[in-house]
Amino acid sequence: MPAQSGCMKVLLALDGSELSMRALDRTVERAREAGDDLAVAVYEGAAAADVDEVAETATERLSAAGVDAAVHRLEDEAGSRLVELADDYDELVMGGGEISPMGKIRIGETIEFVLVNAQTTLTLVR
Amino acid sequence: MSPEESPTDDDFPVPPRSVVDGEGRDIRFREGDEGDLEAVVDMYTQFDPSDRAQGIPPSKEPAIRDWLDAITTSGNLQVIAEHEGDVVGHGMLVSDEDGGYELALFVLQDYQGAGIGTELLRTLLGLGSDRGVERVWLSVERWNEPAITVYEKVGFERTGQASFEIEMDMTLD
Repeated sequence: MPAQSGCMKVLLALDGSELSMRALDRTVERAREAGDDLAVAVYEGAAAADVDEVAETATERLSAAGVDAAVHRLEDEAGSRLVELADDYDELVMGGGEISPMGKIRIGETIEFVLVNAQTTLTLVR
Repeated sequence: MSPEESPTDDDFPVPPRSVVDGEGRDIRFREGDEGDLEAVVDMYTQFDPSDRAQGIPPSKEPAIRDWLDAITTSGNLQVIAEHEGDVVGHGMLVSDEDGGYELALFVLQDYQGAGIGTELLRTLLGLGSDRGVERVWLSVERWNEPAITVYEKVGFERTGQASFEIEMDMTLD
């Protein structure tokens, strides 16, 4: 997480992967402490998780932490939708890839697309 | 690729075995188990950061131990390459949840470029074949041409490119 204090407009992109759920916990925690203006965008990534289930989990964790944030569901072309959405935020946070059985990190195409194309600061959570 | 360069499963040797590497060193390959943990940790703590692949091996010893604890469980296979009693290479087959095995191997910097990686790979495939492993896959960074060349030489085929990485697999009889 960035070291800066003060509240920021943060967009969290979730695909249900292990690292993205770690990103959810950290981002919610930071938002609670710093009063960030947070929004969540759920997309279908390599994790093959159900978008509705991931959105539901996110909503539960947000409400458990007492953080108010809109939860969006992105249908197709998640990469370009995220790049577009992120324009209105100070920072975009994503899980930093998939972890293979061997423990290798694999960066999926959505992350690569966002990494290259986003104009917003991007944090990949490990 | 000419026929004599196309290895079949018969070409994958089973450990233990010894070879003389390109530098004239005697390298012994054997199956690894839990008892080798400390020697393997020792190898990975010496590992050059620039030779990491997709986040492994981790850089700090506690993280190396966590990583090895998670992947050296029963059912997974390991081959160790030793020179004069020190571990200089380590290869693993780690079960996925779909009946396949993910492969990775690492060779210490001072022992690279002498054919040890290729022999470690062949021996690991021999061990896998001997233990009934049928499908082996791996991912490799797309700029790691030397590794891709070795994998293709032993019979791996590209199955996809997930972005920064190329995925490859092969079937063992």
